[in-house]
Amino acid sequence: MPEVSREIKINLKEICNREERLAPGHRMCSGCVEAMIVRQVLHAIDYPVVVCTPTGCLEITTGIFPYTSWRVPWVHSAFENAGATISGIESAYRSLRKQGKIEDRVIKFVVFAGDGATYDIGFQWLSGALERGHQFLYICLNNEAYMNTGTQRSSATPKAAWTTTTPTGKVITGKVQPRKDMTAIVAAHNIPYVAQAAPHAWNDLMIKVKKAISKEGPSFINVISPCPRGWRYDPKDANVISKLAVDTCVWPLYEVDEGAWRLNYKPNATKKPLMDWFKSQGRFSHLLSAGKTDLVEALQQQLDQDWARLEKRCQNGG
Amino acid sequence: MRFASIKGEVKALEGDNAVAEAMRQINPDVVAAYPITPQTEIVMTFSEFVSDGKVDTEFIPVESEHAALSACIGAALAGARAQTATCGPGLALMWEMLWVASGWRLPIVMYITNRAFNAPLNILCSHDDSMGSRDACWIQLYAETQQEAYDNALQAIRIAEHPDVLLPVMCCMDGFVLSHTLAPVEVLPDEAVKNWVGNYTPRYSVLDVDHPVTYGAADFTDYYFEHKRPQWEAMANASRVIAEIGEEYEKLTGRRYRFIDTYQLEDAEIAIIILGATAGATRVAVDQLRKDGIKAGMLKIRSFRPFPADEVMKALKGKKAVAILERTGFFGAQGNPVFLEVATALYLNKIQIPLVNYIFGLGGRDTVPEQICSVFHDLLEIVRSGQTEPVFRYLGLREF
Repeated sequence: MPEVSREIKINLKEICNREERLAPGHRMCSGCVEAMIVRQVLHAIDYPVVVCTPTGCLEITTGIFPYTSWRVPWVHSAFENAGATISGIESAYRSLRKQGKIEDRVIKFVVFAGDGATYDIGFQWLSGALERGHQFLYICLNNEAYMNTGTQRSSATPKAAWTTTTPTGKVITGKVQPRKDMTAIVAAHNIPYVAQAAPHAWNDLMIKVKKAISKEGPSFINVISPCPRGWRYDPKDANVISKLAVDTCVWPLYEVDEGAWRLNYKPNATKKPLMDWFKSQGRFSHLLSAGKTDLVEALQQQLDQDWARLEKRCQNGG
Repeated sequence: MRFASIKGEVKALEGDNAVAEAMRQINPDVVAAYPITPQTEIVMTFSEFVSDGKVDTEFIPVESEHAALSACIGAALAGARAQTATCGPGLALMWEMLWVASGWRLPIVMYITNRAFNAPLNILCSHDDSMGSRDACWIQLYAETQQEAYDNALQAIRIAEHPDVLLPVMCCMDGFVLSHTLAPVEVLPDEAVKNWVGNYTPRYSVLDVDHPVTYGAADFTDYYFEHKRPQWEAMANASRVIAEIGEEYEKLTGRRYRFIDTYQLEDAEIAIIILGATAGATRVAVDQLRKDGIKAGMLKIRSFRPFPADEVMKALKGKKAVAILERTGFFGAQGNPVFLEVATALYLNKIQIPLVNYIFGLGGRDTVPEQICSVFHDLLEIVRSGQTEPVFRYLGLREF
């Protein structure tokens, strides 16, 4: 289990007795971790919440009329505009509360968005909302591609990964470009709280949510969200894959709390080779052949550099 | 009668400032907007009201027009009165969200300072923007004057929020022609506007956390069709409500607002149909022709959506020739939007009147009474010859 701050305690027994805010019976694929992440996040918030979800897997699997999985107010407006939608809802809340038109109570606002809605099509709307400083928590359910439409590449897709729009052909082998460092980009907005998390590390994730929700202003948590359909692994292994992402340093767990960069887990002693990550998922199977050794070596070097830079940044505090 | 007739204060206001003044008096809970010429002064002026604490509004200075309407939609879902303003390319950028706002039946009011679409780049008046979005299930009101822009703003919120309507409204005025020119505008006392707009109680709110609602679930083959149908009914109801609110507003202010406005039309033999600020030049042209003993008249359309087919049809009965003047041009159709509506209304009522369709004033080109007079003379020629060809014409276009 990752090292986590002991300042905030998560009481599992107490949480188990709470009503689930995301009802069972949704339509997610077996082995999908998005429901796990959503439940962990919502259980970590001790306030009424309003949830906004842009178009994506979570949206379509939890809200097909006449059914809804949401026991909290929930809005899906469009693909790109969750940042603006939550800005409008949160501004209405402040306006109506200030004017005495609604009950004077604390409500928290949460966005659950996929990587496509965050890194790509919704980038501007998110950036605008962060800069304006609305009070909301933005959770990116990062499965590293457009899984809802059938595994197309996004700017969160890692280099060399197979997707249906970066197929492994005779000339090009998977995605050509490296992924965008969205967490650092969000951190550059100088908002109160930014973090990366993973669903197997539930304690770390829930503590991060509690920290985020206590801040005045926007917060952002980028959560790796292994996808058995798109990543091509056995659905039962979702948490194994999640842990491997962290142990290979593919997905470091860290936070930027009021500008201070901090590693939440150091896998140095157990740091696993990137090849373990590639072997675990069908989307990288083309990298296992003998002819790809140089590419794998180059990707490992790049990852080591990225990790070293992050470590240094966290040692220096920012 | 709910309100006694009230006299306001006459101020010299540009159209943008007249709208901003109406917004100050309405005191919306949320305004989200992005600057674009020639709408910018609405947002700038309203921002001053926010900074000076003259309104309770949360102003969201968004990063694009798409975000402006998206934020208004979010605010309206939360039960807030939400307003925005835009024009031209900004309205085009909002396109996707126009349909979400009306599909969710959110009574958002948006002020449009009509601006041409690119390319070529142009920031001046055409009606491309609002006419291009005419079928998005938004009510559309067009102003001839700065006074009408102010009055439409006050009526729009009542129309939008009417329980039988619950549709968003666009209040349109010609960019620069009205938005940036001074005119006397009678502004009602703040208290009168406060009473006029009243309190808004939303049927649902996403802030009602004790009664959670889901907005935006997916509809497929089993429900989508049925869920769209009430939008047609709401638009049909708007036809009644716009008239009712207009009558009520007339009792309050003495100014008459209906679907259409006519000038010397009753006994006219030839008529021009127009909307927007150029109705002013048309009035002058009608006066000139009447001096010459020519029975000319004007029909001005105030509500383009819903389209007042009955009123237009009745007002045109017995005319010998009619020209529809439009400050926009769409491509590949058999005429422009107003022309098609008028032709359909007449055809369905088995009324045969020779019609011609002029495009005028694109990209801010001025249209003067002499040019409108020439259209009336064209109509006289059509009456004499019985020939309408070409039906599709340009007014004020230079030939190189």
